[in-house]
Amino acid sequence: MTAIEKRMLTNKIVMILSTLSAFIGIAFLLWILSILIINGVSAINWEIFAFEGAPPGHEESGLKHALIGQLIIISTATAIGVPLGILGGTYLSEYGQQSKLANIIRDISDIMMSAPSIVIGSFIYAVVVIPMGHFSGWAGVIALTIIMIPIILRTTDDMLQLVPSTLREAAFALGAPKYKVIINIVYRGAKVGILTGILLGIARVAGETAPLLFTSFNDNFLSTDLNEPMASLTVTMYNYATSPYEDWQNIGWAAAFILSMFILGLNIIGRLLIMTRKGK
Amino acid sequence: MSNIIDKVFEHSTRIIAFSVLLIVAWIFTVLFQNSLDSMQAFGFDFITDTKWAPNLEKFGALPAIMGSVISTFLAMVLAVPVAIGVAIFLSEIAPEKLKSPIGVSIELLAAIPSVIYGMWGLFYFVPIIRDIFGGLGIGMLTAGIVLAIMILPFMAAVTRDAMDTTPDILKESAYALGGTKWDVIKDIIIPYAKAGIIGSMILALGRAIGETMAVTFVMGNVHKISLAITAPATSIPVTLANEFTEADTELYFSSLFELSFILLLISFTIISIAKFYFLRKTRRA
Repeated sequence: MTAIEKRMLTNKIVMILSTLSAFIGIAFLLWILSILIINGVSAINWEIFAFEGAPPGHEESGLKHALIGQLIIISTATAIGVPLGILGGTYLSEYGQQSKLANIIRDISDIMMSAPSIVIGSFIYAVVVIPMGHFSGWAGVIALTIIMIPIILRTTDDMLQLVPSTLREAAFALGAPKYKVIINIVYRGAKVGILTGILLGIARVAGETAPLLFTSFNDNFLSTDLNEPMASLTVTMYNYATSPYEDWQNIGWAAAFILSMFILGLNIIGRLLIMTRKGK
Repeated sequence: MSNIIDKVFEHSTRIIAFSVLLIVAWIFTVLFQNSLDSMQAFGFDFITDTKWAPNLEKFGALPAIMGSVISTFLAMVLAVPVAIGVAIFLSEIAPEKLKSPIGVSIELLAAIPSVIYGMWGLFYFVPIIRDIFGGLGIGMLTAGIVLAIMILPFMAAVTRDAMDTTPDILKESAYALGGTKWDVIKDIIIPYAKAGIIGSMILALGRAIGETMAVTFVMGNVHKISLAITAPATSIPVTLANEFTEADTELYFSSLFELSFILLLISFTIISIAKFYFLRKTRRA
Protein backbone atom coordinates (compact mmCIF):
# COMPACT_ATOMS: atom_id res chain seq x y z
CA MET A 1 0.00 0.00 0.00
CA THR A 2 1.42 3.37 -0.89
CA ALA A 3 1.53 6.23 1.56
CA ILE A 4 -1.31 7.99 -0.24
CA GLU A 5 -3.54 4.95 -0.22
CA LYS A 6 -2.83 4.53 3.47
CA ARG A 7 -3.84 8.12 4.19
CA MET A 8 -6.98 7.78 2.09
CA LEU A 9 -7.89 4.61 3.99
CA THR A 10 -7.36 6.18 7.42
CA ASN A 11 -9.40 9.12 6.25
CA LYS A 12 -12.24 6.86 5.17
CA ILE A 13 -12.19 4.94 8.45
CA VAL A 14 -12.31 8.10 10.54
CA MET A 15 -15.10 9.57 8.41
CA ILE A 16 -17.15 6.40 8.78
CA LEU A 17 -16.54 6.26 12.54
CA SER A 18 -17.53 9.91 13.06
CA THR A 19 -20.64 9.57 10.95
CA LEU A 20 -21.50 6.40 12.84
CA SER A 21 -21.06 8.02 16.23
CA ALA A 22 -23.15 10.96 15.08
CA PHE A 23 -25.91 8.57 14.12
CA ILE A 24 -25.63 6.61 17.38
CA GLY A 25 -25.84 9.81 19.38
CA ILE A 26 -28.75 11.16 17.37
CA ALA A 27 -30.54 7.79 17.48
CA PHE A 28 -30.42 7.73 21.29
CA LEU A 29 -31.71 11.26 21.49
CA LEU A 30 -34.50 10.54 19.00
CA TRP A 31 -35.40 7.48 21.05
CA ILE A 32 -35.81 9.57 24.19
CA LEU A 33 -37.77 12.23 22.34
CA SER A 34 -40.14 9.74 20.70
CA ILE A 35 -40.80 7.99 24.03
CA LEU A 36 -41.51 11.34 25.60
CA ILE A 37 -43.98 12.22 22.85
CA ILE A 38 -45.67 8.80 22.67
CA ASN A 39 -46.13 8.43 26.43
CA GLY A 40 -46.88 12.09 26.96
CA VAL A 41 -49.50 12.49 24.27
CA SER A 42 -51.33 9.29 25.25
CA ALA A 43 -51.39 10.38 28.91
CA ILE A 44 -52.74 13.86 28.26
CA ASN A 45 -56.48 14.41 28.54
CA TRP A 46 -58.72 17.09 29.96
CA GLU A 47 -58.65 15.52 33.44
CA ILE A 48 -54.94 16.37 33.70
CA PHE A 49 -55.81 20.05 33.63
CA ALA A 50 -59.06 19.83 35.57
CA PHE A 51 -58.16 17.86 38.69
CA GLU A 52 -55.69 18.08 41.52
CA GLY A 53 -53.60 15.16 42.69
CA ALA A 54 -55.47 12.16 44.02
CA PRO A 55 -54.53 8.82 45.59
CA PRO A 56 -53.48 6.11 43.12
CA GLY A 57 -56.36 4.37 41.43
CA HIS A 58 -58.60 7.40 41.77
CA GLU A 59 -60.40 8.42 38.58
CA GLU A 60 -60.32 12.18 39.03
CA SER A 61 -56.58 12.65 39.23
CA GLY A 62 -54.67 15.39 37.48
CA LEU A 63 -51.88 17.92 37.49
CA LYS A 64 -53.77 21.13 38.12
CA HIS A 65 -52.00 21.63 41.46
CA ALA A 66 -48.57 21.09 39.93
CA LEU A 67 -49.23 23.26 36.87
CA ILE A 68 -50.45 26.16 38.97
CA GLY A 69 -47.69 25.67 41.56
CA GLN A 70 -45.04 25.58 38.83
CA LEU A 71 -46.50 28.71 37.25
CA ILE A 72 -46.46 30.59 40.57
CA ILE A 73 -42.92 29.51 41.50
CA ILE A 74 -41.44 30.20 38.06
CA SER A 75 -43.17 33.54 37.54
CA THR A 76 -42.26 34.80 41.01
CA ALA A 77 -38.63 33.75 40.51
CA THR A 78 -38.69 35.47 37.11
CA ALA A 79 -40.22 38.63 38.56
CA ILE A 80 -37.39 38.86 41.12
CA GLY A 81 -34.50 37.42 39.12
CA VAL A 82 -34.96 39.27 35.82
CA PRO A 83 -34.76 42.89 37.09
CA LEU A 84 -31.85 42.03 39.40
CA GLY A 85 -30.04 40.19 36.62
CA ILE A 86 -30.56 43.02 34.14
CA LEU A 87 -29.37 45.69 36.59
CA GLY A 88 -26.32 43.61 37.56
CA GLY A 89 -25.52 43.04 33.89
CA THR A 90 -25.90 46.78 33.31
CA TYR A 91 -23.21 47.44 35.90
CA LEU A 92 -20.79 45.02 34.21
CA SER A 93 -21.27 46.41 30.73
CA GLU A 94 -21.81 50.13 31.39
CA TYR A 95 -19.93 50.96 34.60
CA GLY A 96 -17.55 48.13 35.50
CA GLN A 97 -16.50 47.39 31.91
CA GLN A 98 -13.10 45.70 31.94
CA SER A 99 -12.28 46.55 35.56
CA LYS A 100 -10.96 43.83 37.84
CA LEU A 101 -14.15 43.72 39.90
CA ALA A 102 -16.36 43.38 36.82
CA ASN A 103 -14.23 40.56 35.45
CA ILE A 104 -14.31 38.68 38.75
CA ILE A 105 -18.10 38.98 38.84
CA ARG A 106 -18.24 37.68 35.25
CA ASP A 107 -16.06 34.68 36.08
CA ILE A 108 -17.94 33.77 39.25
CA SER A 109 -21.29 34.09 37.44
CA ASP A 110 -20.01 31.80 34.68
CA ILE A 111 -19.00 29.22 37.27
CA MET A 112 -22.35 29.51 39.07
CA MET A 113 -24.15 28.78 35.80
CA SER A 114 -22.61 25.30 35.75
CA ALA A 115 -22.50 24.67 39.51
CA PRO A 116 -24.65 21.81 40.85
CA SER A 117 -28.16 23.07 41.53
CA ILE A 118 -28.71 20.60 44.37
CA VAL A 119 -26.07 22.49 46.35
CA ILE A 120 -28.18 25.65 46.01
CA GLY A 121 -31.10 23.61 47.35
CA SER A 122 -29.16 22.59 50.44
CA PHE A 123 -28.01 26.18 50.97
CA ILE A 124 -31.60 27.45 50.84
CA TYR A 125 -32.60 24.66 53.20
CA ALA A 126 -30.12 26.04 55.73
CA VAL A 127 -30.95 29.74 55.35
CA VAL A 128 -34.70 29.70 54.58
CA VAL A 129 -36.32 26.37 55.45
CA ILE A 130 -34.69 25.88 58.89
CA PRO A 131 -35.42 29.43 60.15
CA MET A 132 -39.02 29.24 58.82
CA GLY A 133 -39.46 25.84 60.39
CA HIS A 134 -41.06 24.25 57.33
CA PHE A 135 -40.80 23.85 53.56
CA SER A 136 -42.32 26.68 51.54
CA GLY A 137 -42.95 27.95 48.07
CA TRP A 138 -40.76 30.97 48.88
CA ALA A 139 -37.77 28.73 49.57
CA GLY A 140 -38.17 27.22 46.09
CA VAL A 141 -38.59 30.67 44.54
CA ILE A 142 -35.39 31.96 46.17
CA ALA A 143 -33.43 28.87 45.10
CA LEU A 144 -34.51 29.34 41.49
CA THR A 145 -33.84 33.08 41.64
CA ILE A 146 -30.25 32.41 42.72
CA ILE A 147 -29.83 30.05 39.79
CA MET A 148 -31.43 32.53 37.38
CA ILE A 149 -29.57 35.75 38.27
CA PRO A 150 -26.13 34.77 36.87
CA ILE A 151 -27.73 33.65 33.59
CA ILE A 152 -29.64 36.90 33.03
CA LEU A 153 -26.70 38.96 34.29
CA ARG A 154 -24.23 37.46 31.80
CA THR A 155 -26.55 37.59 28.78
CA THR A 156 -27.49 41.19 29.56
CA ASP A 157 -23.81 42.06 29.91
CA ASP A 158 -22.99 40.44 26.54
CA MET A 159 -25.99 42.00 24.80
CA LEU A 160 -25.37 45.54 26.09
CA GLN A 161 -21.76 45.33 24.95
CA LEU A 162 -22.99 44.71 21.41
CA VAL A 163 -24.66 48.13 21.33
CA PRO A 164 -22.29 50.40 19.37
CA SER A 165 -20.59 52.99 21.59
CA THR A 166 -21.23 55.68 18.97
CA LEU A 167 -24.93 55.51 19.92
CA ARG A 168 -24.03 56.21 23.55
CA GLU A 169 -21.69 59.01 22.56
CA ALA A 170 -24.35 60.62 20.38
CA ALA A 171 -26.75 60.68 23.31
CA PHE A 172 -24.09 62.02 25.69
CA ALA A 173 -23.35 64.77 23.20
CA LEU A 174 -26.99 65.83 23.44
CA GLY A 175 -26.45 66.29 27.18
CA ALA A 176 -28.30 63.23 28.45
CA PRO A 177 -27.26 61.90 31.87
CA LYS A 178 -25.84 58.38 31.91
CA TYR A 179 -28.88 56.63 33.38
CA LYS A 180 -31.06 58.14 30.62
CA VAL A 181 -28.59 57.02 27.98
CA ILE A 182 -28.66 53.50 29.40
CA ILE A 183 -32.43 53.28 29.74
CA ASN A 184 -33.45 55.07 26.55
CA ILE A 185 -30.61 54.17 24.19
CA VAL A 186 -28.67 51.14 25.35
CA TYR A 187 -31.61 49.06 26.64
CA ARG A 188 -33.61 49.90 23.55
CA GLY A 189 -30.78 48.84 21.28
CA ALA A 190 -30.32 45.54 23.10
CA LYS A 191 -34.04 44.83 23.61
CA VAL A 192 -34.24 41.65 21.55
CA GLY A 193 -31.03 40.23 22.99
CA ILE A 194 -32.13 40.84 26.57
CA LEU A 195 -35.51 39.29 25.87
CA THR A 196 -33.82 36.20 24.43
CA GLY A 197 -31.69 35.96 27.55
CA ILE A 198 -34.79 36.15 29.74
CA LEU A 199 -36.55 33.41 27.77
CA LEU A 200 -33.53 31.11 27.97
CA GLY A 201 -33.15 31.88 31.67
CA ILE A 202 -36.77 30.93 32.32
CA ALA A 203 -36.36 27.78 30.24
CA ARG A 204 -33.32 26.86 32.27
CA VAL A 205 -34.91 27.19 35.73
CA ALA A 206 -38.25 25.71 34.65
CA GLY A 207 -36.62 22.29 34.35
CA GLU A 208 -34.85 22.41 37.70
CA THR A 209 -35.90 19.66 40.06
CA ALA A 210 -33.03 19.14 42.47
CA PRO A 211 -33.15 22.59 44.15
CA LEU A 212 -36.90 22.23 44.74
CA LEU A 213 -36.85 18.78 46.39
CA PHE A 214 -36.19 20.15 49.86
CA THR A 215 -37.20 23.77 49.48
CA SER A 216 -40.70 24.07 48.01
CA PHE A 217 -41.06 20.32 48.61
CA ASN A 218 -44.40 19.09 47.28
CA ASP A 219 -48.11 19.09 47.88
CA ASN A 220 -50.62 16.80 46.24
CA PHE A 221 -53.30 19.44 46.43
CA LEU A 222 -53.74 22.91 45.06
CA SER A 223 -52.05 25.61 47.11
CA THR A 224 -51.43 29.18 46.08
CA ASP A 225 -49.81 30.27 49.33
CA LEU A 226 -46.07 30.73 48.90
CA ASN A 227 -45.64 30.37 52.66
CA GLU A 228 -46.69 26.74 52.45
CA PRO A 229 -45.08 23.79 50.65
CA MET A 230 -46.01 23.95 46.98
CA ALA A 231 -46.25 21.44 44.17
CA SER A 232 -44.15 21.85 41.05
CA LEU A 233 -44.29 19.91 37.80
CA THR A 234 -40.74 18.64 38.20
CA VAL A 235 -41.01 17.32 41.77
CA THR A 236 -44.46 15.88 41.06
CA MET A 237 -43.01 14.18 38.00
CA TYR A 238 -40.24 12.68 40.11
CA ASN A 239 -42.58 11.47 42.85
CA TYR A 240 -45.15 10.04 40.44
CA ALA A 241 -42.61 8.38 38.16
CA THR A 242 -40.84 6.63 41.02
CA SER A 243 -44.14 5.43 42.52
CA PRO A 244 -45.21 1.84 41.83
CA TYR A 245 -48.65 2.86 40.51
CA GLU A 246 -49.19 2.80 36.80
CA ASP A 247 -51.78 5.59 36.69
CA TRP A 248 -49.42 7.87 38.62
CA GLN A 249 -46.57 6.99 36.27
CA ASN A 250 -48.77 7.96 33.31
CA ILE A 251 -49.54 11.32 34.91
CA GLY A 252 -45.77 11.66 35.40
CA TRP A 253 -45.27 11.25 31.64
CA ALA A 254 -47.93 13.85 30.95
CA ALA A 255 -46.05 16.26 33.23
CA ALA A 256 -42.77 15.42 31.47
CA PHE A 257 -44.33 16.12 28.09
CA ILE A 258 -45.93 19.43 29.11
CA LEU A 259 -42.71 20.64 30.72
CA SER A 260 -40.51 19.65 27.77
CA MET A 261 -42.79 21.32 25.27
CA PHE A 262 -42.80 24.49 27.36
CA ILE A 263 -38.99 24.52 27.57
CA LEU A 264 -38.45 23.63 23.92
CA GLY A 265 -40.99 26.29 22.96
CA LEU A 266 -39.12 28.98 24.90
CA ASN A 267 -35.84 27.89 23.34
CA ILE A 268 -37.28 27.95 19.83
CA ILE A 269 -38.85 31.41 20.32
CA GLY A 270 -35.50 32.62 21.69
CA ARG A 271 -33.71 31.32 18.61
CA LEU A 272 -36.24 32.85 16.23
CA LEU A 273 -35.79 36.21 17.96
CA ILE A 274 -32.04 36.03 17.44
CA MET A 275 -32.55 35.13 13.80
CA THR A 276 -34.91 38.02 13.11
CA ARG A 277 -32.38 40.39 14.65
CA LYS A 278 -29.60 39.03 12.49
CA GLY A 279 -31.85 39.29 9.46
CA LYS A 280 -32.21 43.05 9.86
CA MET B 1 -31.65 66.25 40.27
CA SER B 2 -30.67 63.98 37.42
CA ASN B 3 -27.22 63.95 38.98
CA ILE B 4 -28.67 62.24 42.06
CA ILE B 5 -30.66 59.75 40.00
CA ASP B 6 -27.50 59.03 38.04
CA LYS B 7 -25.60 58.21 41.23
CA VAL B 8 -28.46 56.14 42.67
CA PHE B 9 -28.74 54.16 39.44
CA GLU B 10 -25.03 53.51 39.26
CA HIS B 11 -24.76 52.43 42.87
CA SER B 12 -27.79 50.15 42.80
CA THR B 13 -26.45 48.33 39.73
CA ARG B 14 -23.07 48.02 41.43
CA ILE B 15 -24.58 46.63 44.64
CA ILE B 16 -26.65 44.10 42.72
CA ALA B 17 -23.70 42.94 40.63
CA PHE B 18 -21.54 42.72 43.73
CA SER B 19 -24.21 40.70 45.53
CA VAL B 20 -23.45 37.80 43.17
CA LEU B 21 -20.06 37.51 44.87
CA LEU B 22 -21.65 37.88 48.30
CA ILE B 23 -24.16 35.13 47.63
CA VAL B 24 -21.45 32.74 46.45
CA ALA B 25 -19.35 33.53 49.52
CA TRP B 26 -22.45 33.08 51.66
CA ILE B 27 -23.16 29.66 50.11
CA PHE B 28 -19.63 28.50 50.94
CA THR B 29 -19.85 29.85 54.51
CA VAL B 30 -23.27 28.40 55.27
CA LEU B 31 -22.39 24.96 53.94
CA PHE B 32 -19.09 25.01 55.83
CA GLN B 33 -20.69 26.10 59.11
CA ASN B 34 -23.37 23.46 58.86
CA SER B 35 -20.71 20.80 58.20
CA LEU B 36 -18.76 21.65 61.37
CA ASP B 37 -20.54 19.09 63.58
CA SER B 38 -19.77 16.31 61.18
CA MET B 39 -16.21 17.54 60.62
CA GLN B 40 -15.59 17.53 64.36
CA ALA B 41 -17.17 14.13 64.85
CA PHE B 42 -15.43 12.32 61.99
CA GLY B 43 -12.58 14.50 60.80
CA PHE B 44 -10.85 13.09 57.74
CA ASP B 45 -12.44 9.70 58.35
CA PHE B 46 -15.56 11.18 56.80
CA ILE B 47 -14.08 10.91 53.33
CA THR B 48 -12.24 7.60 53.84
CA ASP B 49 -14.81 5.63 55.80
CA THR B 50 -17.10 3.31 53.88
CA LYS B 51 -19.81 2.89 56.48
CA TRP B 52 -22.90 5.10 56.20
CA ALA B 53 -25.31 4.05 58.92
CA PRO B 54 -27.72 6.81 60.01
CA ASN B 55 -29.27 4.61 62.70
CA LEU B 56 -25.84 4.23 64.36
CA GLU B 57 -24.93 7.91 63.83
CA LYS B 58 -22.00 6.73 61.74
CA PHE B 59 -21.33 8.58 58.52
CA GLY B 60 -18.61 7.69 56.05
CA ALA B 61 -18.85 9.30 52.63
CA LEU B 62 -16.45 7.21 50.62
CA PRO B 63 -19.16 5.19 48.83
CA ALA B 64 -20.90 8.40 47.73
CA ILE B 65 -17.66 10.07 46.65
CA MET B 66 -16.50 6.96 44.80
CA GLY B 67 -19.94 6.69 43.22
CA SER B 68 -19.74 10.24 41.90
CA VAL B 69 -16.24 9.71 40.57
CA ILE B 70 -16.89 6.33 38.95
CA SER B 71 -20.26 7.19 37.39
CA THR B 72 -18.86 10.43 35.99
CA PHE B 73 -15.76 8.62 34.73
CA LEU B 74 -17.94 6.02 32.97
CA ALA B 75 -20.05 8.80 31.47
CA MET B 76 -16.95 10.61 30.19
CA VAL B 77 -15.43 7.42 28.70
CA LEU B 78 -18.67 6.78 26.83
CA ALA B 79 -19.58 10.34 25.87
CA VAL B 80 -16.23 11.86 24.85
CA PRO B 81 -15.56 9.72 21.74
CA VAL B 82 -19.17 9.99 20.56
CA ALA B 83 -19.22 13.75 21.20
CA ILE B 84 -16.01 14.21 19.22
CA GLY B 85 -17.49 12.08 16.45
CA VAL B 86 -20.67 14.16 16.39
CA ALA B 87 -18.63 17.38 16.43
CA ILE B 88 -16.41 16.23 13.53
CA PHE B 89 -19.53 15.15 11.65
CA LEU B 90 -21.22 18.51 12.23
CA SER B 91 -18.25 20.72 11.43
CA GLU B 92 -16.55 18.78 8.62
CA ILE B 93 -18.64 15.96 7.15
CA ALA B 94 -22.32 16.85 7.13
CA PRO B 95 -23.62 18.47 3.94
CA GLU B 96 -24.18 22.22 4.34
CA LYS B 97 -27.96 21.77 4.28
CA LEU B 98 -27.95 19.34 7.21
CA LYS B 99 -25.46 21.17 9.43
CA SER B 100 -27.80 23.72 10.83
CA PRO B 101 -30.91 21.52 11.42
CA ILE B 102 -28.89 18.75 13.10
CA GLY B 103 -26.83 21.28 15.06
CA VAL B 104 -29.93 23.09 16.30
CA SER B 105 -31.71 19.89 17.31
CA ILE B 106 -28.67 18.82 19.30
CA GLU B 107 -28.61 22.19 21.06
CA LEU B 108 -32.33 21.88 21.79
CA LEU B 109 -31.77 18.42 23.27
CA ALA B 110 -29.22 19.97 25.59
CA ALA B 111 -32.06 22.11 26.95
CA ILE B 112 -34.30 19.18 27.92
CA PRO B 113 -34.33 18.94 31.72
CA SER B 114 -32.27 16.14 33.22
CA VAL B 115 -35.22 14.79 35.19
CA ILE B 116 -36.63 13.60 31.85
CA TYR B 117 -33.43 11.75 30.96
CA GLY B 118 -33.68 10.10 34.39
CA MET B 119 -37.27 9.08 33.81
CA TRP B 120 -36.43 7.60 30.43
CA GLY B 121 -33.54 5.74 32.02
CA LEU B 122 -35.74 4.26 34.73
CA PHE B 123 -38.52 3.03 32.46
CA TYR B 124 -36.68 2.11 29.28
CA PHE B 125 -33.01 1.62 29.99
CA VAL B 126 -33.06 -0.17 33.34
CA PRO B 127 -34.98 -3.17 31.86
CA ILE B 128 -32.39 -3.50 29.08
CA ILE B 129 -29.49 -3.54 31.54
CA ARG B 130 -31.43 -6.00 33.69
CA ASP B 131 -31.93 -8.34 30.71
CA ILE B 132 -28.28 -8.21 29.69
CA PHE B 133 -26.49 -8.27 33.04
CA GLY B 134 -29.14 -9.65 35.39
CA GLY B 135 -29.66 -8.15 38.83
CA LEU B 136 -31.81 -5.11 39.42
CA GLY B 137 -30.75 -3.09 36.43
CA ILE B 138 -30.17 -0.04 38.59
CA GLY B 139 -26.64 0.87 39.57
CA MET B 140 -23.37 2.42 38.58
CA LEU B 141 -23.33 1.25 34.95
CA THR B 142 -26.88 2.42 34.21
CA ALA B 143 -26.17 5.76 35.89
CA GLY B 144 -22.97 6.17 33.83
CA ILE B 145 -24.78 5.46 30.56
CA VAL B 146 -27.76 7.74 31.31
CA LEU B 147 -25.34 10.46 32.39
CA ALA B 148 -23.36 10.00 29.17
CA ILE B 149 -26.47 10.42 27.05
CA MET B 150 -27.51 13.45 29.06
CA ILE B 151 -24.22 15.32 28.66
CA LEU B 152 -23.73 14.26 25.04
CA PRO B 153 -25.70 17.11 23.41
CA PHE B 154 -23.97 19.79 25.51
CA MET B 155 -20.55 18.28 24.94
CA ALA B 156 -21.06 17.83 21.20
CA ALA B 157 -22.37 21.37 20.78
CA VAL B 158 -19.50 23.07 22.63
CA THR B 159 -16.88 20.84 20.97
CA ARG B 160 -18.27 21.75 17.58
CA ASP B 161 -18.20 25.44 18.53
CA ALA B 162 -14.55 25.05 19.54
CA MET B 163 -13.71 23.30 16.23
CA ASP B 164 -15.56 25.93 14.24
CA THR B 165 -13.24 28.64 15.57
CA THR B 166 -10.50 27.31 13.26
CA PRO B 167 -10.05 29.93 10.50
CA ASP B 168 -11.19 28.61 7.11
CA ILE B 169 -8.04 29.88 5.48
CA LEU B 170 -5.91 27.48 7.57
CA LYS B 171 -8.07 24.54 6.59
CA GLU B 172 -8.10 25.57 2.93
CA SER B 173 -4.31 25.83 2.89
CA ALA B 174 -4.05 22.29 4.21
CA TYR B 175 -6.54 20.99 1.65
CA ALA B 176 -4.57 22.79 -1.08
CA LEU B 177 -1.49 20.82 -0.02
CA GLY B 178 -3.42 17.63 -0.69
CA GLY B 179 -4.52 16.84 2.85
CA THR B 180 -7.44 14.49 3.40
CA LYS B 181 -10.24 15.53 5.76
CA TRP B 182 -8.65 13.48 8.54
CA ASP B 183 -5.26 15.12 7.90
CA VAL B 184 -6.91 18.51 8.24
CA ILE B 185 -8.76 17.49 11.39
CA LYS B 186 -5.75 15.99 13.14
CA ASP B 187 -3.07 18.42 11.94
CA ILE B 188 -5.00 21.71 11.73
CA ILE B 189 -8.32 21.72 13.59
CA ILE B 190 -7.38 19.71 16.68
CA PRO B 191 -4.08 21.53 17.32
CA TYR B 192 -5.77 24.89 16.72
CA ALA B 193 -8.85 24.20 18.85
CA LYS B 194 -7.17 21.95 21.42
CA ALA B 195 -7.63 24.24 24.42
CA GLY B 196 -11.26 24.87 23.52
CA ILE B 197 -12.02 21.18 23.02
CA ILE B 198 -10.36 20.08 26.28
CA GLY B 199 -12.01 22.97 28.14
CA SER B 200 -15.43 21.96 26.82
CA MET B 201 -14.89 18.37 27.91
CA ILE B 202 -13.86 19.43 31.41
CA LEU B 203 -16.82 21.79 31.62
CA ALA B 204 -19.11 18.89 30.72
CA LEU B 205 -17.34 16.85 33.40
CA GLY B 206 -17.99 19.59 35.96
CA ARG B 207 -21.67 19.54 35.08
CA ALA B 208 -21.91 15.75 35.09
CA ILE B 209 -20.45 15.34 38.57
CA GLY B 210 -23.10 17.56 40.13
CA GLU B 211 -25.93 16.16 38.06
CA THR B 212 -28.69 14.93 40.31
CA MET B 213 -31.92 14.03 38.63
CA ALA B 214 -30.65 11.99 35.69
CA VAL B 215 -28.91 9.57 38.05
CA THR B 216 -31.21 9.64 41.11
CA PHE B 217 -33.74 7.51 39.23
CA VAL B 218 -31.32 4.78 38.24
CA MET B 219 -28.61 4.52 40.86
CA GLY B 220 -30.39 2.94 43.82
CA ASN B 221 -28.91 4.98 46.71
CA VAL B 222 -27.05 2.05 48.28
CA HIS B 223 -24.02 3.11 50.35
CA LYS B 224 -21.75 0.27 49.41
CA ILE B 225 -18.63 0.10 47.31
CA SER B 226 -19.02 -2.84 45.01
CA LEU B 227 -16.60 -4.31 42.50
CA ALA B 228 -19.45 -5.03 40.09
CA ILE B 229 -20.42 -1.90 38.17
CA THR B 230 -23.92 -3.29 37.68
CA ALA B 231 -24.59 -3.27 41.42
CA PRO B 232 -26.72 -0.52 42.99
CA ALA B 233 -24.63 2.36 44.28
CA THR B 234 -24.92 5.98 45.26
CA SER B 235 -23.28 9.32 44.52
CA ILE B 236 -23.10 12.60 46.40
CA PRO B 237 -26.09 14.25 44.65
CA VAL B 238 -28.13 11.04 44.81
CA THR B 239 -27.56 10.79 48.56
CA LEU B 240 -28.55 14.43 49.02
CA ALA B 241 -31.70 14.08 46.91
CA ASN B 242 -32.83 10.95 48.72
CA GLU B 243 -31.90 11.67 52.31
CA PHE B 244 -32.21 15.39 52.92
CA THR B 245 -35.90 15.15 53.74
CA GLU B 246 -35.32 12.03 55.85
CA ALA B 247 -32.53 13.28 58.08
CA ASP B 248 -33.68 13.38 61.69
CA THR B 249 -30.61 14.15 63.80
CA GLU B 250 -28.19 17.09 63.90
CA LEU B 251 -25.28 14.90 62.94
CA TYR B 252 -27.16 13.36 60.02
CA PHE B 253 -27.96 16.83 58.67
CA SER B 254 -24.44 17.99 59.26
CA SER B 255 -23.04 15.01 57.35
CA LEU B 256 -25.33 15.79 54.42
CA PHE B 257 -24.20 19.42 54.49
CA GLU B 258 -20.60 18.26 54.46
CA LEU B 259 -21.36 16.12 51.39
CA SER B 260 -22.93 19.14 49.76
CA PHE B 261 -19.87 21.24 50.66
CA ILE B 262 -17.53 18.61 49.19
CA LEU B 263 -19.60 18.50 45.99
CA LEU B 264 -19.50 22.29 45.70
CA LEU B 265 -15.71 22.31 46.16
CA ILE B 266 -15.19 19.56 43.58
CA SER B 267 -17.38 21.07 40.90
CA PHE B 268 -16.20 24.62 41.56
CA THR B 269 -12.61 23.46 41.10
CA ILE B 270 -13.33 21.50 37.92
CA ILE B 271 -15.37 24.28 36.32
CA SER B 272 -12.71 26.87 37.27
CA ILE B 273 -9.98 24.79 35.65
CA ALA B 274 -12.06 24.52 32.48
CA LYS B 275 -12.92 28.22 32.41
CA PHE B 276 -9.69 29.81 33.52
CA TYR B 277 -7.07 27.46 32.19
CA PHE B 278 -8.52 26.20 28.92
CA LEU B 279 -11.33 28.51 27.87
CA ARG B 280 -9.81 31.86 28.83
CA LYS B 281 -8.24 32.53 25.45
CA THR B 282 -11.24 31.46 23.41
CA ARG B 283 -13.65 33.59 25.42
CA ARG B 284 -11.76 36.84 25.70
CA ALA B 285 -10.58 36.71 22.10
